[in-house]
Amino acid sequence: MSQERGALSDADRKLPRVRVPFVIGQVLVLIGLLIAGLGPMLWLFKAAISPTQDSIRSPLGWFPSGQVQWQNLATAWQQGHIGYYLGNTAYIAAGTAIVSLIVCTTAGYTLSVLRPRWGSVLSALILATLFVPHIVSLVPLYLTVLKLPLVHANLTNTFWAVWLPPAASAFNVLIVKRFFDGIPREYFEAARIDGAGSIRVFTSLVLPLSRPILGVVVLLSIISSWKDYLWPLLVLTNPDLQPVSVALPKIAKVTELNIQLAGLFLALLIPVLLFLVFQRAFLRGVGLSGGIKA
Amino acid sequence: MLFALPVLLVFLVFSWGPIVKGLVMSVQQTNLVDPVKWVGLDNFHYVLTDPGVGQAALNTLWFTLLALLFGFPVPVLLAMFLSELRGRSWLYTTLAYLPVITPPVVAILLWRFFYDPSPSGMFNTILGTVGLGPYPWLDSPSSAMPSIVLEATWAGAGNAVIIYLAALTSVRADLYEAAELDGAGVVRRVWHVMLPHLRGVLLLMLLLQVIGTMQLFTEPLLFTGGGPQNSTMTILLLIYNYAFVNGDYGAATALSVLLAIALAVLSAVFQLATRGWSTE
Repeated sequence: MSQERGALSDADRKLPRVRVPFVIGQVLVLIGLLIAGLGPMLWLFKAAISPTQDSIRSPLGWFPSGQVQWQNLATAWQQGHIGYYLGNTAYIAAGTAIVSLIVCTTAGYTLSVLRPRWGSVLSALILATLFVPHIVSLVPLYLTVLKLPLVHANLTNTFWAVWLPPAASAFNVLIVKRFFDGIPREYFEAARIDGAGSIRVFTSLVLPLSRPILGVVVLLSIISSWKDYLWPLLVLTNPDLQPVSVALPKIAKVTELNIQLAGLFLALLIPVLLFLVFQRAFLRGVGLSGGIKA
Repeated sequence: MLFALPVLLVFLVFSWGPIVKGLVMSVQQTNLVDPVKWVGLDNFHYVLTDPGVGQAALNTLWFTLLALLFGFPVPVLLAMFLSELRGRSWLYTTLAYLPVITPPVVAILLWRFFYDPSPSGMFNTILGTVGLGPYPWLDSPSSAMPSIVLEATWAGAGNAVIIYLAALTSVRADLYEAAELDGAGVVRRVWHVMLPHLRGVLLLMLLLQVIGTMQLFTEPLLFTGGGPQNSTMTILLLIYNYAFVNGDYGAATALSVLLAIALAVLSAVFQLATRGWSTE
């Protein structure tokens, strides 16, 4: 097996004419990334606990007035109702993740393990949606949610309107199916010989074996629902149900700057913490998405 | 069959159904109150003669061009560099991915503050220390779109970096070793081994980025609302206005279908033109 190496070999790395620019490059790139990646977040934290005048008059200052206003965060949480909206966001994200999980695991199981005769047709139909730009279905999807076909229910201003549509994700179905494909067939045969039905095989064999990929699906759907703006803006017009992303621009119009920035900071905190804790699964999921697309 | 039920229902109602419905609606007139009327190509005629559409198409293409110019090379170079870092690259990838994890609304509201056109605005203060500016940023028709591109590039670069990094880890080490034994220097190893290996992903990401940037919406809506003087009005923002401001669903779907056709033609031409290059 070949070991890990890149274009630079170990011998290269010892040469001064390679090493010096390489090290300088590393430092420069690190500084650039610190400014671009961490900079805005740190600044936002500083601004969130500063008086408004500080942020407006000298945005680059380090607490020039020496006044730290921790209460901004509490004010934004309570009077700005950021806490309440974050609760909505969390509820929406959790529901989206659960519905997505149900759809993509059962679909993956059908396509990868049960393999009915019409499986390839279903597979092709799901795959085809990857090639249709989202925009074609934005307006009709909105009208669908407004009046569900056959049952004629109106889903707007219910959480189902934001939980269900993202579950129709070809990408999720595909990565889960691929993972299921990798489970040795012998397992299923052994389970069947032991008398397990297809439901039993699904719940006590396939699901426990596929925890890593399910984690990826959950994380990606939580983050994408956390980031979503347009769709909840359209279907959740009742302010009591809106997620923080829809509420923030409205809050920004009527709230003093320091409270507004404190709200932004609170809304940013949770996705960043989630990312830092589950970093590996995240980056794996994004890498996977590249693999699927390629 | 029981297991296929969720996926069938969800895709039928929320994916296949709306796609078909979108095509049908583009030749209908409907405002949800009066009965549906079939109007043939009237919607397309209306959309194509709306002077706003030409402007929006140009704006969208301008954004796409700028976004490619800045947004495409940066992640490639960054990923190529990071792939040489071995163990320490996690710190770099984490930092590069932080903007991606930032909810777009938070990022936009924050950047809108950074773009404050007064001399004491964030960016103007920074540039002022080296004697530049103050610039109007979002307030001028000529600099509003580039300002949006800058934010969008910042927000999207990390994702592309991770995808390129994943592709680069699959370069077999013996290819580099063979190149080295044949006397190829570092530059030639990058040029003849690393880049050819990325070719497929690069072409694909180029296409995906064009398709993605043509559907720009949240940024112009929250940054500028399409202004100043319609300089940031994009096709998608126009579709949104047609449907949800004017209530003209026929025109909105007609424009959506036109955009989708444009994107499909673009992908087909792109695939044909690059078929020779993408295979090694």
